[in-house]
Amino acid sequence: MMMRGLWKLTWIEIKVFMREPLGAFGTIGFPVLVFLVVGRAASRNVAAPSLAASTFLRVGLPVLASLLIAVSAVLSLVTIISIYREGGILKRLRATPLRPQTILSAQVIVKLMLTAATLGFMVLAGKRYYPVNMHVPLFGFTIALLISTLSILSIGFLIASIVPTARFAQPIGAAILYPMIAVSGLFVPVNAMPPVLHALARVLPMTYAVSLMEGIWRGDSWRPHMGDVAALALVFFVCTALSAKVFRWE
Amino acid sequence: MSNLKTSHPVIQVSGIRKTYGRTVAVDEVSFEVNDGEIFGLIGPNGAGKTTTMECVEGIRKPDRGTISVLGLDPFRQVYKLQERIGVQLQQAQLQKRIKVWEAVDLWASLYRKKSVDGERLLEQLGLIDKRDAWFMNLSGGQKQRLFIALALINDPEVVFLDELTTGLDPQARRAIWELVRGIRERGKTVFLTTHLMEEAERLCDRVAIIEHGRIIDIDTPQRLVARHCPERTVVLDTDDASAEERFRAIPRVESVVRSDLQFTIRGQGDDLVTEVIHCLSENRIRVTDFRMIVPSLEDVFLKLTGHSIRD
Repeated sequence: MMMRGLWKLTWIEIKVFMREPLGAFGTIGFPVLVFLVVGRAASRNVAAPSLAASTFLRVGLPVLASLLIAVSAVLSLVTIISIYREGGILKRLRATPLRPQTILSAQVIVKLMLTAATLGFMVLAGKRYYPVNMHVPLFGFTIALLISTLSILSIGFLIASIVPTARFAQPIGAAILYPMIAVSGLFVPVNAMPPVLHALARVLPMTYAVSLMEGIWRGDSWRPHMGDVAALALVFFVCTALSAKVFRWE
Repeated sequence: MSNLKTSHPVIQVSGIRKTYGRTVAVDEVSFEVNDGEIFGLIGPNGAGKTTTMECVEGIRKPDRGTISVLGLDPFRQVYKLQERIGVQLQQAQLQKRIKVWEAVDLWASLYRKKSVDGERLLEQLGLIDKRDAWFMNLSGGQKQRLFIALALINDPEVVFLDELTTGLDPQARRAIWELVRGIRERGKTVFLTTHLMEEAERLCDRVAIIEHGRIIDIDTPQRLVARHCPERTVVLDTDDASAEERFRAIPRVESVVRSDLQFTIRGQGDDLVTEVIHCLSENRIRVTDFRMIVPSLEDVFLKLTGHSIRD
């Protein structure tokens, strides 16, 4: 079987990750914390909420928090891959009947599970402390988030394939991914951006992730967002193909 | 020492070459490893040992030449091959916080055929007390023993050990040698690399000396020494006045150097020592100290390459 060892490896990777002193908090805790702090501050300060402010609160903030979930999952993937490469762990695993795609799939599955778990925590935390209108299609939104994460993960793989050492992996990944959020249309609508940024936003996958997640959160059907899904899928296939070409195991 | 069985080769390497950019790592390397022997590839760091071994393991593809392991092409049939071999890589690591038993359990699940009993393996390798320890908290020797366990988990026919004892203290090193001999006792073939001549001499049935990517000579350690370093030296103390003259009369002796009561007798061939002893007893020469200096692989290396392996 091609995927022999996948589940055992995935399970071990989850356990190993949970044993990291900052692993669980950094990846799960941070986005939830941002969500809570920003949400509380915003809901307290805006006594008579303007339309824009309340829209951000109701739609933008959950999407922002979700994007942070995805990005921190991706950063953690980039870091782990480069540490594993530098330590010879990838090479050691490859000198077994494990297929390369099994080794990488296990990492992706761990990150997707983490993303889903973090979203779960955020929803729970939000219910308790933060009066977001919870009439949202949670299942659909989870799917939208996972699709977005998968697409961003493929960018992470590309970064992980190229960064020379583990020390640079996290900062380089952050320097590439966080600015993408800024021009994703989450804070300023893409159409209101200056032409250069507008063009940039159009080619960055984060824009489509935001459009998809905002829409699904608002209650849109999937049909008008198939373009977003297609764009995210395209990014996924291009980045995966590229990293397959340039990926270094040692 | 050498318990070579019906020596049919399980590894055949013929004329392989591997370059990295403009650097030639391995060139025209050919050798065979026989069933049931411990075969060592010895040479200084950067000589091409690891590259050669990784080509044989199917991790790297040589630019030229052919390799056959257990009748398989290691590069094209790598997954088939990996079912039947066990590998320990130089400077490999595992996940810092993976537990010993988890690693063994994971490795056991990777192979098609039923693996050996992991718990028993840990017991045999003296790791059973550490089964719940994290990898990062193991000592160097414990890590290497775990890597041996992982290399043996699928009951492989050929075991590859790359610089197994590098960085270990002498005591841990001796313990590992014992384990490697144990692998041979179980009828497995061992292919190892080392830059420690003592290790090669004590452990290997046959060795190939490699330098600058080329193999210089292959044979048993004893025959390599006999072939390249036939000179023998006997050092003895005696106050017998006629001794010097008598020693000079021994057929194989080339030089006798006297310093006070100590004589250093140099000559060629294994028989020199016998001749000296014969001379001593025939002439009733009383000696107060007697020792002989036999060349080692270290000397063979020095002779063949013109420099010490540590340079």
